Amino acid sequence: MKAKAILQSGKLFAALGAASATTAHADDKQAPPREFAAKVHYCTTCHGVSGQGFRGFYPIPRLAGQQPDYMKNQLLAFTQKRRTNTIMFSVAHVLSPEMLSALSSHFNKLDPKPLGGGPARLASEGKTIFTQGVSATNVPACATCHGDTAAGNGEIPRLAGQLSDYVVAKLANWDKERGQIASQPDASALMEPIAHGLTPDQIKAVAAYVSTLE
Amino acid sequence: MRSRLAEALLIAAASTILFAGLASPAGAEDPAIGNCTWCHGGGAQGYLPAPRLAGQQRAYLRAQLERFRMHGRDAPASIQFMWAAAENLSDGRMRALTDYLAALDTKPAMDGNPALEGRGRDIYQNGVADENIVACVACHGPHATGVGAIPRLDGLSHSYLVRRLTDWQNGYNRAGATPMPHIAGNLSPDQIDALSSYLSNTRYAGAAR
Ligand code: HEC
Ligand code: HEC
Ligand code: HEC
Ligand code: HEC
Repeated sequence: MKAKAILQSGKLFAALGAASATTAHADDKQAPPREFAAKVHYCTTCHGVSGQGFRGFYPIPRLAGQQPDYMKNQLLAFTQKRRTNTIMFSVAHVLSPEMLSALSSHFNKLDPKPLGGGPARLASEGKTIFTQGVSATNVPACATCHGDTAAGNGEIPRLAGQLSDYVVAKLANWDKERGQIASQPDASALMEPIAHGLTPDQIKAVAAYVSTLE
Repeated sequence: MRSRLAEALLIAAASTILFAGLASPAGAEDPAIGNCTWCHGGGAQGYLPAPRLAGQQRAYLRAQLERFRMHGRDAPASIQFMWAAAENLSDGRMRALTDYLAALDTKPAMDGNPALEGRGRDIYQNGVADENIVACVACHGPHATGVGAIPRLDGLSHSYLVRRLTDWQNGYNRAGATPMPHIAGNLSPDQIDALSSYLSNTRYAGAAR
C-alpha cells in the first residue's frame, strides 16, 4: 500500500474537511482567562504538569507539542464517540469550542523533555520501521505521514516523546477504539491498515523509538 | 464510635509504651512487624487512626516510610504517630517490612455510608468535568487497587480517607504528593464523604497488580 495514495484519496480529505469545518469558527471567540487557567490545571493533573504525560493505572499520553488540529479532532471524537474512552468522554463533552481551541494551542506550545521509561534496547529496530516501513507486509514508513522527526502535521499527530506504553496500547486496539461510527469516517481510517500490518514485537519497537524523540 | 481525641490519647499512650520498649537493647527476636501491628491492627488491617497496610502497593509503602523519615509527610497524625516509628528503620528492614505487608490479604473496612456509595462511585469513575474534578479511576484503576507508587484505596477506612484528603486541603503532606494536593483541594466536604463511603465499602477480591 502506498501512503501517498492514501493521503491523496478523497476519503481522508473529506474527513479532514468535516473536522476542520466544525472547529474553524471557534477561533473568533476567546475562552475566559480564569476558566481557561483552571481548565489547564485540570488537564495537567492527569497529563503531567508540563503536558509531558503520566503513568497512572493507564498510560496518560503526552499532549505537549501536539498538533492543534489533531488535538481538536480527538477531543471532538471522544465527545462524538468516534473514539471510545470513558475518561476522556467525561472530560471533553463539557468543553466549549473556544476552550477546545485555546487548550489545543496552549499544549502545542509546551516543550518538556520526553517522560521516558520505554525499553531503550528496542529503539534501533524501531527506527528502521519508522524510517523505512516493513516491506514484507506493505507497511509504509511512518515518517511519510508523521514526518522525519515525528512532529506530525495537521490532523496527523506528533509521536515524538509519546509514552511507549500508550503507543503500544493504541496500536494494539485500533479497531476497538478509533473510527467507531461507520457513517462518520475520519482520519483514523488511514492508520487502520498500518496498525494491523505490524506484529506485537514491531509495535513495541517503533513505540520505544518514538518515545525517545524530542 | 470513639471521638478523635479519645483515639489520639489511646494511641499516644500506646506509642509511649511502645517506644520506651524499643529503646531497650534488642532481644534475640526481632519484633519487626509486631511494632507496626500494635497500631495498625492485627494482620495490619487498620485500627482507629492507623490505616490498613495489608495488600498496599509496595512502592507506595516505601515512598511513605521514606517521607515520614524525612519529615515530608507532616500532618498532625503523621508527626504524632509515624515520625518516631519510621525514624530508625534501616533500608533493609524497610524493604523486608514493605515486602511482607504488600503480600498480606486485605479486608475492606466497610464503614462508609451506603446511601452515598452511588454518588461516590460516579465521581470516582467519571469525575465532575464542570467542576474540574478528575476521575480517580485514571490513576487508581477500575477496582481502586492502585499501581506502583499509586496506592490502592479499596476498603481503606472512611475516617482515614476523609482525614487524608482533608489534610491535603489544609496544606499538609505536600512534599512529593503531586497530583493529590491539587485534586483534594477541588473536592467539597460532601464529595469527600461520598468518595470515602464508596471506597471504604468497596471489596475487591483479586490481587492488586
Ligand atoms: C482523569 C484524568 C484525565 C484528565 C483530567 C484529562 N485527561 Fe486527557 N486523557 C486521559 C487518558 C487516560 C487518555 C488516554 C485515552 C486513551 O487511551 O485512548 C487521555 C487522552 C487525551 C487525548 C488524546 C491524545 C492523543 O494523543 O490521541 C487528548 C487530546 C486529551 N486527553 C486532552 C485532554 C485535555 C485537553 C484535558 C483537559 C480539558 C484532559 N485531557 C484531561 C486522562 C485525562
Ligand atoms: C498514511 C499516513 C500515515 C502513516 C504512513 C502512518 N500514520 Fe500513524 N496516523 C496517521 C493519522 C492520520 C493518524 C490520526 C488518526 C486519528 O485521527 O484517529 C495517525 C495516528 C497514529 C497514532 C495514534 C497517536 C495518538 O496519539 O493516539 C499512532 C500511535 C501512530 N499513528 C503510529 C504510526 C506508526 C508507528 C506508523 C508506521 C508504522 C504510522 N503511524 C504510519 C497517519 C499515518
Ligand atoms: C504509634 C502508632 C503507630 C505505629 C507504632 C506505627 N504506625 Fe504507621 N501509622 C500510624 C498512623 C496513625 C498513621 C496515619 C498517619 C497519617 O494520617 O498521616 C500511619 C501511617 C502509616 C503509613 C502510611 C499508609 C498510607 O496508606 O499512606 C505507613 C506506610 C505506615 N504507617 C507504616 C508503618 C510501619 C511499617 C510501622 C512499623 C515499623 C508503623 N507504621 C508503625 C500509626 C502507627
Ligand atoms: C493523576 C493521577 C491521580 C489521580 C487522577 C488521582 N490520584 Fe489519588 N493518588 C495519586 C498518587 C500519585 C498518590 C500518592 C501520593 C503520595 O505519594 O503522597 C495518590 C494517593 C491518594 C490517596 C492516599 C491513600 C493513602 O493510602 O493514604 C488518596 C486517599 C487518594 N489518592 C484519593 C484520590 C481520589 C479520591 C481521587 C479522585 C477524586 C484521586 N485520588 C485521583 C494519583 C492520582
